[in-house]
Parts: sequence; C-alpha cells; structure tokens
Amino acid sequence: MATTIPEKALSRPKAPLKTTGPPPNFLARLFRAKARSGSGLPARKVIQLLVWVRRAVQVGSFGLFAWFLFQTAFRGTFASADTRVRLPLPVEGFLLADPFVAAMTLLSTHTVYRGLLWSVGLLAVTLVFGRVFCGWICPFGTLHHFFGWIFPSRYGKGSKRVDSNKTHVRQRVKYYLLYFFLAAAATGSAIGGLFDPICIAVRAIGLAVIPAAQYVAQAINALVGLTGVRALQVAADGGQDFLAGTVWQEKQFYFHQTWLVGSLFIAILFMNRFVPRFWCRVLCPLGAFLGLFARFALFGMEKDHSKCTDCNLCLVDCQGADSPQGGVKWRQDECHMCMNCENACPEDVIKFRFLPNRKSAIVTPDVGRRTAIATAAAGAALLPVTRVADVIDTNYDHRVIRPPGSVPEKDFLERCIRCAECMKVCPNNALHPAFFEAGVEGIWTPILIPRIGYCEHSCVLCGQVCPTGAIEKITEEQKLGIGQKAISIGTAFYDLGRCLPWSMATPCIVCEEFCPTSPKAIWVEEADVPRRLPIASENGGDPKMETVHVQRPHVDPSLCIGCGACEKVCPVQDKPAVYVTSVGESRSKSNVILLENTDYNKS
Amino acid sequence: MPLRDLSRREILQRLGAAGLVLGSSAALARARWDHGNLSGPAAQERAYTRDFRLHPAPGELPELVVAKNDPDPKALVRKAVEALGGMKRFISNQDIVVVKPNIGWDRTPIHAANTNPQVVAEVVRLAYDAGAKHVVVTDASCNEPNRCFQRSGIWKAAYDMGAEVILPASHRFRTMRLKGEVLDEWPVYTPLINADKVINVPIAKHHNLAKYTGAMKNWYGSLGGRRNRLHQNIDVSIADLAQFIQPTLTIVDATRVLMRNGPQGGNVADARDMHTVIATTDQVAADAYGCELIGRTADEIPYLKMGQERGLGTMRWQTLRFKEV
Repeated sequence: MATTIPEKALSRPKAPLKTTGPPPNFLARLFRAKARSGSGLPARKVIQLLVWVRRAVQVGSFGLFAWFLFQTAFRGTFASADTRVRLPLPVEGFLLADPFVAAMTLLSTHTVYRGLLWSVGLLAVTLVFGRVFCGWICPFGTLHHFFGWIFPSRYGKGSKRVDSNKTHVRQRVKYYLLYFFLAAAATGSAIGGLFDPICIAVRAIGLAVIPAAQYVAQAINALVGLTGVRALQVAADGGQDFLAGTVWQEKQFYFHQTWLVGSLFIAILFMNRFVPRFWCRVLCPLGAFLGLFARFALFGMEKDHSKCTDCNLCLVDCQGADSPQGGVKWRQDECHMCMNCENACPEDVIKFRFLPNRKSAIVTPDVGRRTAIATAAAGAALLPVTRVADVIDTNYDHRVIRPPGSVPEKDFLERCIRCAECMKVCPNNALHPAFFEAGVEGIWTPILIPRIGYCEHSCVLCGQVCPTGAIEKITEEQKLGIGQKAISIGTAFYDLGRCLPWSMATPCIVCEEFCPTSPKAIWVEEADVPRRLPIASENGGDPKMETVHVQRPHVDPSLCIGCGACEKVCPVQDKPAVYVTSVGESRSKSNVILLENTDYNKS
Repeated sequence: MPLRDLSRREILQRLGAAGLVLGSSAALARARWDHGNLSGPAAQERAYTRDFRLHPAPGELPELVVAKNDPDPKALVRKAVEALGGMKRFISNQDIVVVKPNIGWDRTPIHAANTNPQVVAEVVRLAYDAGAKHVVVTDASCNEPNRCFQRSGIWKAAYDMGAEVILPASHRFRTMRLKGEVLDEWPVYTPLINADKVINVPIAKHHNLAKYTGAMKNWYGSLGGRRNRLHQNIDVSIADLAQFIQPTLTIVDATRVLMRNGPQGGNVADARDMHTVIATTDQVAADAYGCELIGRTADEIPYLKMGQERGLGTMRWQTLRFKEV
C-alpha cells in the first residue's frame, strides 16, 4: 500500500512534550515508587530484592576482578630475603572459573589443568540457575551492562528501545563462534581465548587501559611539577605513590602493538550505543557455552500469556534479548537471569521459579544445523591452514622468545588462551602480546622483548598466574639451575660491528655486569687495542694513534639462559650490540645450537 | 541603509566576530612564534652540587675509623660511629636524614651484592637516637626494585626501625644539570638530595670494570636514565658523581665482601666474611682503605686519584687520624 507520507516524518520522532516543573533529581527518581501502568500490580518483594542483590553482586564481582587485576603485579613485601616470591592472591581466579577455557584446553590437551577444575563450579551454578554468570558475575558483562545503560542513543528510546531488546537472529552468531573455537581447540589451538570475555577484560584493561591511565597520570604529574607550588607537587607525588602501589607500578609499562587491543575494546564497548550488550548477545562464546547448558537449568521463567497486555515494559531493560514479552516463547539459552522483566511487569504474567513448566519456553539455542556444522568445520580447518604457513615448523621466528617454563611450541598453542596474565604480572615489562611474530595462530601469545624488559633472574611469577599450564609453575631451583640445568629461553649474540669494545676501542662491560648467571655466561677477554685520536696531527698529517685497554665480551652458549638483561642494558641505544634470539631454549628439542643440548632420547 | 535583509547591527556583529577570531589567532601565533634562530638564552651555567658535609672533625677525634672482628654487624656500626664522635656529631635535632645503601641487585645478603640489612638498620636507629625527625632509606636499583628491596632484606630491616623506605618511581626523577666532566644533564633521583643530612652506606665489593667499588660508586644509585652509558668512562663518571653529592657521613659495610664477579656476584663462594665496618667523612679515603680489603691499592684505581685532585678527599688514608676499634 503506497502512501504519500514523507519518509522524514516517519523516522523523526516528535519532540517530547515539555512538562512543567523541575525534573526530579536522580536519587528521587531512583527511590520513587514507580507509577506502574496496566493493572499496576507490584512485582513480588523477593524479585524487587533480587534485582538489588544482583546489582550489588555485579558491582562486587567487577570490583573483585579489578582488584585481582591490580594485584597481578609484584609489589614487594616485608618477607625475609629467602622467602619465595609469589603473589598472595589467586589473581587468575576468574579465568580458572571459566568453563569455556576449561573446555577448549580439555579438547586440545585432553586434561583439565590444575585450578581449571573450579570451572565445574560455574557449570554447576549454570545447571541450577541458567546463565546467571552473564547477568550477575561476568565483569565484562557488567561493563557492557553499564555502558548499555549510560550510552543509549537518543534515538534508542520508547519503541526503538523495546525493539532493540527483542530477540534477533544475529544472536546465533555466538554459537557459531563457539563451535568454531571448540573445533579449533579439538585440533590443537586454544585461539578461542581471543574471544573469551575474561581474557578480553584482562588483556584490554591490563595491557591498554591501565598503562594509558598511568600515562595520563604521569603527564598530569609533570604539569603539576611545572607549577612550582610545593604543596601541589607533594600531593601529586603522594597520589602517584598511591596509584603505583595499588593500580599500576613504579614505572610506565609499555606493551607491544596494543593499540589494536585498546581500539577493539573501545569499539566493542561503543557497540552498546546501537545494540545494548552487543558483545554478550552476539559474540560471546562463553555466553554461548553457558547457553548450551542453560537447558538443564532447574530455575526459570513461567509466562501466563492470557494476562499479558502487550505493554512491553519487560523489554525496556531486558539484558539478554530473550523474549520475555507475551505472545512469544521465552528463550532460556539467551536469558541472563537479570530479573528486570519480572520486576517491570505490571500484570501477573512473568514468574521466575524453580522447576517451571516449559509450556512457553525454548531452552535450546536457535541455530541452523548446517551452519553449525560448517562453522565447526571452518574451525577445524584453521589449524592446518595456519600451520602450513611457515612460521612454526620451518621458519620459526627468532623473536618468539617464550616465558621461562613454557611448554614446547605446539603444546603451548594448545594451552595459551592469550589472557595476558603473564604480561600483566611480569615485573620488568618484559612479556608482550605477539603481533604476527608467532604467526596468525600465535597472535597475542606472550613473547619476551628484551629491549623493553628482561627476564628477572629469580622471578617465576608468569608461571604462577598462567591458568592453563602454557607456562608451567616452575620453581626457583629449576629457573636458576640449582642442582640441575637452568631453564633457558634463548641465547645472546654479539653484533661485533656495534659493540663498543669490539669495534670502537671504548671500554664498556655493562652486559657482563648485568649477566645474572654464576659463573657469568658473558666473559671478557682483556685486550689492548689501537685507537685513532679524533684530531689531525700537526701539519695536517694523519691523526695519531694511542693504545686503549678494553674488555671484549663473549657469550658462553652453554651458560646463557637468554634472559635478555644484556640486551636491555646495552648502551647502543637504538639497535643493541648484544641481542637475544630464541635458539637454545630448553623447551625445544629442535631449536638448539649446541650438540650437547641435542638429545633425541629426551622424552 | 538596509542591505538586502541584513540590519546594520548584524553586519557589524559578523564583521566584529570574524575580526576577533583573526585578531586572536594572530596574537596567539605571534606570542608563540618560534623564530628558529639558534641564539637562545644562554644555558644556566651554575653547577648543582649537593654538599652535605659538616665542619672538619675536632682535633682529638679520628678522621677514619675501622671497626673489626665482631661477628655482629650492628655492634661494628655502633663502635665505628662512636669512635668518630657519635651520631650526635652529624645529626641535629629535627633533621631529615637520607640513608643511601646499595640496593642495586636482586641478591640475598649472603651474596654480598647489597649492603647488609643489619648495617642499614643500625644506621637508621643511630640517626633516630641522635634526634632525626625523619629517616628515609632509598636507592635507584639496577634489577627490578621491589625484588631488590625485599630480597636484600633492607626493606623490612629499615621499616622495622621506623624509616620510610621509598621505592624508585619514575615520577621521582628530575633532570638536573650536574656540570661534571662527563656528566652534564642527567635525571637525578630527588629523594636522595631533598634532605638535611645524607649518610652513604655502601658495601665494599669487587667490580669488573672499576676493580673496586664502595663509597664513591654508590652514587650511581642517585641517577636515573640510561646510566649504562657511564661505563664508557667509569672513573670520571664516579668522580663526577662523588663531586655532585658529598655526604655527611660514609659508613662502608665490609662485614662480608664480594671478592670476584662483582658487582652482582651470585655465587656464595665469591664472597668472604670480613667483619669490618669503615666510618669516615672522607669518601675518597673510605674507598682507598676499602680497596685494600680485596687486595688492591689506591694507585691502581683511577677514580681515587681524580677524587683527590678535585679536593673531595685523600687517597692516602694513612695520612688521616686513624683509629681501629
């Protein structure tokens, strides 16, 4: 039916009628008894209470996550000199409770690594209450809940807002992503960690948001310093000390190519402006994983459609877009159990209860079987496609220096979920997310970049926080080689043309000084070398020569552990005269130099 | 005279607004105009030095004291400072005192790469007993600072004595003009110089490049930035720094001395118990005496000669009033 109404008139909502009188303030609006439409039946007291409990749990859970993240750093204690340095808190706890991580690594390694057993607990909660993790606990979900609340577009009001919270076919995508990543895991790659919400939260906040905030704080501190007002400077320094002791560390941390991590984080948060909780509804594979199990949940919703007046109030604050409204069936696998719908319903329609009848509920994901099989097949194909790209087997990149205690590369890729815990905890800012150094398959896995930070000799914290065993929980004895061969992560090499004693007749033994092994892997050869004076002799003749005593450094590859301290401190600023590559790493049987380390009988 | 539909008022308003924007842009650009010429204002030539020394010792007191043969490091410190005339000679009431140990390395006390924590604790205690208002213990470490401060044992030992232990955070470094021979502008660790009195508490040890290091080299810990460049001219750098900061008192920990593989060590067998503490106000003499502990003589160590030539002290410690306790 063709009408002649101009399009503009349809799409532009009319300005709301101005009401007289001052708008009620925030607190008044918050605590005002809501005028309810329809029959105006109040929600059950227990539901009203549960909604507030849920908000409190969300705040507490996000706070705990942030606190753990801030504490993923070694800040020193008063412990005695010989006490082993470990973090006192289970800072990787949220990852240990993550059943998507557990499922991926179970498929890839056929084992459930240590603390990942906790993920069974979260599964148990899901089997009782459905996706309560998404609506109540998940820190990334809470972030989206928050931004979905403060971000709505001015066009996203009224019926537009109701429409934006209706179940949409795009919500299938997360299940396809889940199948893709689980299939990839079954073939040997834990790359699904790229999309795990906890991994994203740790990675983006830990590697981008916190360092950026520190950068801003340092800049502000510098500005305050310029004012020359003593009281202001003392206050700013005190603030810096406090933040360094709680949120970040004493020095600015930098992370390799994390602009992409930060940009994606901002982009996904911004999507809440267009589709509330876009991430949770459309992309989150952990939400999909829990959605698969929600069908067994003992707790759920009953709807009485006969009483529904189609007021759609239930949809205004619906988080999961799970069809709480009348006339359609509730989608248990999509519901975040936030209880907003029952709290909003002015009729006697929506009831959450144990063992509900399922007359008006769909409990299994609405996915196309063929698409599901196709995406799983694509996931299974990921590994061979990336492996025949040359990066692992034949043209291993010398920059892929893995943290100490890492398992061999293929096992590493079966386990590493790119959660960035190791990079966050590294006290020297030595560990960084790889960009394409470790291949497409290895994106955002940890590599050591000695020029930014070296591996602290007695530190084993990266293994302590690794939730999946990609980095093993090694002891100081293993790392330092007390009563055994020390763990090596690479070998140092000299660029003689850039080395001061080797080619510029200038004394310098900073690399030797910093070499932490005993005996030192770097040793010096005493030499008297000629040096040309930088001035012409009398009568314009050739400059005179003098003799300088220097110590020329050498590396003993059987002692070098590849920590990179030499590369870090080399005074040749831009391209160091000594550098570390991955060869000689003790985890590999093939990436070796010395015959003595080549043992084909090693298990 | 109305022009089209515009009133005179509106025309004037628009012209005025455009003129205002143009004028303010031009004024801003002029004010911030970089002429690009090279003859800027001459750099400030005054050298920043920090001299915390007091008047020379009264004639009856020794100038160099060595305490020996007591297995208790605290007793050695006590005896040495007592022989110098007691801490009250150096610390006045309500002084803010900075104690600067060597906390450079992630090593435990048995490796003798950092100052013995008991020595540091005793110095803090003596300073408070002498009436100090506030004692700060700090250093700019080589290895990761949290680990160095903890595993050296100094963090707890100093904290237990009531000292404030400051970790080297990047906002505490300020670029200063040292005006040394090789050290010109360099980021300086401000907690070390914002004090009434400074007590240097280094450890005597072997150093592969400088041969022996103790009091004077300890001031490397007052710098930030890329101090690894200093090693190209380590002797002059050390002399420059010792000239920049001249402490109230120097107490060298030689209770256990690193004999080889310095400055970091790492092997227990590299260090030897010597049960010795040197106390003096002459940092050059402290090193001249200290180097003999590891079998060197002052003439072998160029920075001592430079220190003497610059009037920082004497490398002939035998010429000082000497006392062994």
